Amino acid sequence: MFAYIVRRLLWAVLLLIVLSMVTFSIFYLIPRLAGASPETLAARYVGRAATPETVHLTAERLGLLDPVPVQYWNWIKGVFTGAEYDYGAGVETCPAPCFGYSFITRQAVWPELLDRAPVTISLVVGASLIWLIAGVTVGVISALRRGTVFDRGAMGVALAGVSLPIFFTGLVALAFFSYRLGITAPGGQFVPFSENPALWAYSLLLPWITLSFLFAAQYARLTRAGMLETMSEDYIRTARAKGLAERKVILKHALRGALTPVVTIFGLDVGLLLGGAVLTEKTFSLNGLGKYGYDAIVQGDLPKILGVTLVAGFFVIIANLIVDLLYGVIDPRVRLE
Amino acid sequence: MTAPAPEPTAADAEPDSDLIIVDGLIKHFPIRAGILRRQVGAVQAVDGLNFAVRRRETFSIVGESGCGKSTTARLLTRLLEPTAGKITFEGRDITHLKDTQLRPLRRDMQMIFQDPYSSLNPRHPVGKIVGAPFRIQGVSPPGGIKKAVQDLLAAVGLNPEHYNRYPHEFSGGQRQRIGIARTLALRPRLIIADEPVSALDVSIQAQILNLLEDLQEEFDLTYVIIAHDLSVVRYVSDRVAVMYLGKIVELADADALYSAPMHPYTVALMSAVPVADTRRRKDRERILLSGDVPSPINPPPACRFHTRCWKAQEICRTQEPPLAELVSGHHVACHFPENLPTEAASAPAR
Amino acid sequence: MTTSALRDLVTRHPGQPDKEPFLEVVDLRVHFPTDDGLVKSVDGLSFALDRGRTLGIVGESGSGKSVTSLAIMGLHTRPASEQKRPGAQLSGEIYLEGDELLGKTPEYVRGLRGKRMAMIFQDPLSAMNPYYTVGHQIIEAYRIHNPVNKKVARQHAIDMLGRVGIPEPSRRVDAYPHQFSGGMRQRAMIAMALSCDPELLIADEPTTALDVTVQAQILDLIRDLQSEFNSAVVLITHDLGVVAELADDVLVMYAGRAVEYGSADLLFNRPAHPYTWGLLGSIPRFDRTQTERLLAIQGTPPSLINVPPGCPFHPRCDYATRNEGRSEEVRPELTPVEPGHTVACHLSQTDREEIWQQEIVPKL
Repeated sequence: MFAYIVRRLLWAVLLLIVLSMVTFSIFYLIPRLAGASPETLAARYVGRAATPETVHLTAERLGLLDPVPVQYWNWIKGVFTGAEYDYGAGVETCPAPCFGYSFITRQAVWPELLDRAPVTISLVVGASLIWLIAGVTVGVISALRRGTVFDRGAMGVALAGVSLPIFFTGLVALAFFSYRLGITAPGGQFVPFSENPALWAYSLLLPWITLSFLFAAQYARLTRAGMLETMSEDYIRTARAKGLAERKVILKHALRGALTPVVTIFGLDVGLLLGGAVLTEKTFSLNGLGKYGYDAIVQGDLPKILGVTLVAGFFVIIANLIVDLLYGVIDPRVRLE
Repeated sequence: MTAPAPEPTAADAEPDSDLIIVDGLIKHFPIRAGILRRQVGAVQAVDGLNFAVRRRETFSIVGESGCGKSTTARLLTRLLEPTAGKITFEGRDITHLKDTQLRPLRRDMQMIFQDPYSSLNPRHPVGKIVGAPFRIQGVSPPGGIKKAVQDLLAAVGLNPEHYNRYPHEFSGGQRQRIGIARTLALRPRLIIADEPVSALDVSIQAQILNLLEDLQEEFDLTYVIIAHDLSVVRYVSDRVAVMYLGKIVELADADALYSAPMHPYTVALMSAVPVADTRRRKDRERILLSGDVPSPINPPPACRFHTRCWKAQEICRTQEPPLAELVSGHHVACHFPENLPTEAASAPAR
Repeated sequence: MTTSALRDLVTRHPGQPDKEPFLEVVDLRVHFPTDDGLVKSVDGLSFALDRGRTLGIVGESGSGKSVTSLAIMGLHTRPASEQKRPGAQLSGEIYLEGDELLGKTPEYVRGLRGKRMAMIFQDPLSAMNPYYTVGHQIIEAYRIHNPVNKKVARQHAIDMLGRVGIPEPSRRVDAYPHQFSGGMRQRAMIAMALSCDPELLIADEPTTALDVTVQAQILDLIRDLQSEFNSAVVLITHDLGVVAELADDVLVMYAGRAVEYGSADLLFNRPAHPYTWGLLGSIPRFDRTQTERLLAIQGTPPSLINVPPGCPFHPRCDYATRNEGRSEEVRPELTPVEPGHTVACHLSQTDREEIWQQEIVPKL
């Protein structure tokens, strides 16, 4: 077991390094291959009126003239030792861990990421709990009442939930619940949990529900399929043959097997969203990682994009690891000796 | 029957010569563990087999699950590559042939599988399934593939007009017949059948066993049959090898083996078979083996059966008994064999 | 035939005619509506069983033997509960010590399951829940019907595992099913079934998935436990050898009906139905050299949607032609051929004896 975890962690580190290389290449190597010169890259960091000399100087100072592997190496070095950027007008320091430095906003990326993370985590944790409970419940009931009005209705709603984009459902919900009825908070509000838990929940309620609507639908379908499969297992018949009440047969014997695929998807979904629930955050104007990444893309701020991508990758990889370990807890057959 | 008689070959001149010879055959499946996935052990599925199958005989390998009999079948057909040892088929060493070299071999050596449901492609009509070997091997039979396939269907007792039907339209027994027709397509010399009837109902089982017997006559076939049902094995076999934990513990003519089993494991196995005869219920002595078969990862040293044997003594734990011919044609790997003929009993068993 | 006449016939059967049998099945029918038509899995089955005795139900796949056992246990899905997949349509009567079960509520029958009647299934790997320890599953079975705390139930589970011959039961109780060998799993399954001392034990192919030496162990175990608990055992199998080992009475099923029913000694020594002859002739002899070909039954079992009229076996029967067309038209009822032995066949007594002596015996 220990060897397994160590091996998986080594893999995770390796994967993150590969991810950083790939991302770095996409933003720094590919433009060059496509014909962009270091000067064009540097041009966006100086004023519009700058002379070619200034641009060249800036490119040199920011290290854009170095070969790409050297730039990558400097970036990696920055993660461990911090980095300094000489603008000519002064030296900007980016303390370790320096996951990049935005030349546009003149700010280190890492502290900003730390600042934004609580918003995204709050959003995802709340929404994921709602969609998990709602999705599984609906899925179980649908499976047991297969073919009934409830089943068909629930699966119809589920289909709608999967198909409708969040910027549609989100905006409709905002317009109706927040602005028409005024029962939920309007967009753009976030109160940290540590300040006021009640306000925290109130400010996030609508994003939670909108986001979980999208996912709950998928979970309901998955749970329903899993339940239908496990309900036909031999061990369900055994449980009934023991004289176990039907409710216990379902909740204790059938649901556990049905949940295995749900847990896998849940881990991956949460991991992915923690890297930034881009559309939700944008729709509700929440300053989380997703919106940070969105804004960075709009501005073409490469160091920020790189930072957000790595954080997202980190969450996905860790979520994968946790899911695999959880598997052993849920299913003793895959428990490692 | 329309099938032409096989061409006479040099081999036919010596009817009792060996078709396939197995010498010191070993198959170990490695077990890996740890951070670096180093090999930490091996499942010793097959561990040193020596036997030869004669032309036109039915040679059976029996044993309980995990004894290595199915692995042996897969080694013989070279679906698996042996870890060590040598397999000679018609005088040719086939132990380490590569895939491309194996292809011509597949014409002479075919396999029948246990499960007639999963071994037929459900999307292909029967004609295509049975004719597949011709296409794969690039053989054009006289009269065309369709004619050949219909002859084969007739030979296994199916209606040749069902050429265009799909596997799901047939019952289990009929599907097994389709599988058999397919294996016969290229006129193989050797058919290896892994539990050919164990998935079938009793009444269908008898039909297939009778069919296999008829086909052996008609097509000059040699059978290697892997089975766990001792009644079936007795009925079909000329010679039988009993396996336990990757080794042959006894090998003899079927009648000799069943009437006077010599290895204690064989004796226990025979006594455990339920017989459909209530009169025998009272007057027979049953030897109940205790416990389970040990793991093939760490098999007991020396005689592998000593942990469950009621006759085991010190020597069984320290010295492995060789598979020795104690009576003519009757090979046993045991220090203290049962049912020894009196004259042989006076000589000390090795 | 009327129900009371049927009851007379079955109760008359093995032994004490006056006493009410412990388990009695009268004219049981289990039909499943499907898109292709009505599948008549069991179609008019009657038998009786006393405590301390074993009834072997023999038949091939699709003969209705497992469907019968699920009907006794009340484990068929009834039509009302699921709309998409209409469940089984059951009719007839099932008496457990005079208590008719088919008319009772599901909740009532559930209370009997596991307590008064228990079941062992064919494949103990798939029949045990892989997510819970063996001990947990036995404890669960025990606590459904016995209001004891977990500690007491655990001790009971350990005792049961010990009684069915599992070594180191106090350690093994915490193992998962996949950590057991096939034989051990079946022992654990038996321990679970017997945890509440059921009076009726139904074993559905209990040894089919097991190796022959393990099978011998398990059959011995069932025999010993039966004499210890004095329970009634219904043994469902396709293996006539297993039946000969264990059963006091034998019921041979074909296409959802009983074709022959009698004490094991009579049925094995003087089988009366051509299907039984075919089954016996289909098994190769284990105990002596057999040079004759196997006496295989021709053809394949019938579809349960279109069961042949008359005697369902007649299309495969070599002797149906001797009955002047009655085999094709009239459904034969179980009728006595000798005390304690009934058969559903139109062959005359003389024909039957002649065929048996002259055609069948020499080939067995």
